[in-house]
Amino acid sequence: MLLREVEYARPSSVDEAIRLLAANEGARALAGGQTLVNVMKARAASPDVLVDLNSLDELREISVSGETLQLGAMATYTRIMASSEVDVSRPILAEVAAQIADVQVRNRGTIGGNICSNDPTNHLPPLLVALGASMTIRGADGERTVAANEFFLGVYMTAVGEGELLLSVSVPAAANAADGFASVTIGRDGTCIANAAASLAGGAARVVLGCVDAVPILLEPAGTDEESIRQAVAAASLEPPSDVHASAEYRRHLAGVCAVRAVQQATERGR
Amino acid sequence: MSQPSLSRSIAVEVNGEVYEREVDARRLLVHFIRDDLDLTGTHVGCDTGNCGACTIHLDGQAVKSCMVLAVQADGSKLRTVEGLAPSDDQLSPLQQSFSAHHALQCGYCTPGMLMSASALLEQNPRPTEEEARKAIQGNICRCTGYVNIVEAIVSTGASA
Repeated sequence: MLLREVEYARPSSVDEAIRLLAANEGARALAGGQTLVNVMKARAASPDVLVDLNSLDELREISVSGETLQLGAMATYTRIMASSEVDVSRPILAEVAAQIADVQVRNRGTIGGNICSNDPTNHLPPLLVALGASMTIRGADGERTVAANEFFLGVYMTAVGEGELLLSVSVPAAANAADGFASVTIGRDGTCIANAAASLAGGAARVVLGCVDAVPILLEPAGTDEESIRQAVAAASLEPPSDVHASAEYRRHLAGVCAVRAVQQATERGR
Repeated sequence: MSQPSLSRSIAVEVNGEVYEREVDARRLLVHFIRDDLDLTGTHVGCDTGNCGACTIHLDGQAVKSCMVLAVQADGSKLRTVEGLAPSDDQLSPLQQSFSAHHALQCGYCTPGMLMSASALLEQNPRPTEEEARKAIQGNICRCTGYVNIVEAIVSTGASA
């Protein structure tokens, strides 16, 4: 397919990438391209300039320092799945990365691209809110850190502003954390119709629903038993979208099912 | 600072041969391979990143070449289905196994299937049936079903 004409630059440093994004109107960062290239084919996005981040190896690093696991924005799903740092500090990230699409997409697709595209059906936005992650963003004025539950602003919209770049995602390291994730998908490992992530600590649950609103919906149920989870989902008065895969009513039902399953998985992991 | 441009001169190694070309930034890698290099074994099926017929190896990893820009491949090593057979009159063990197991009918998906399967076998020379199925999850076949394809992959590993 022929894309609309577009300019391309491949910066060799993060600062250069930020300068290019700020200096060119209609510029957009190109990470793995597994969403962006396809929406460009459909003309759903028409950037004038693509700033390719693929030469920025410093954005691919995954490291643990102290109590924090830091994932570079350009870390691919395949790299997250194979990372010993992820395995010892927050293994749910590797488990969920392994459920995204297929081998070819996982080889190119990145954590930064997943969350910056903020498609409501994506896996990682609800998961990162449940884990209490934070995102480091750099622009011309320097760096700032945004909590995951303030990062997602709307469909395809995040706290990363024009001329800014997401550098990394930080997650509290906890090898034996009681984390869970559940989804109902179109085919195995396909697009999510409903999904939910859960993280339990000190008898309290953080349950986050995807696919039901423009942004992940954080619930803090009274307890971790099934009844409490179902009550919290009901109290959220969800108004999910209807589409060919699920009516609003069915998707609301699935949100409850996924929430319960995610908490059950988290409970088993925490034992 | 590198300046954005509508086209770029790139050098890529494809199946061991180096090609240098000027390409538009908007050109998809699959069209570069098929139309500029005349390597038409790599197919375009859906053009939306779903079917996997355009799968190639980019620096050793299976990728869908309709979701990569040609300019992004600058400096990379590519392998396409034409690079699998050791010579013009000899098939690779995986290709022989596809033939022996009747793992294709119309053949349209076959280049992508072979590239996904060969990427698997390079990392995991003796895959299980489950691992073979996972490896071709991103490749769609609309005629034979997947049974013979999976058998062909697993038996290539078993006889390696």
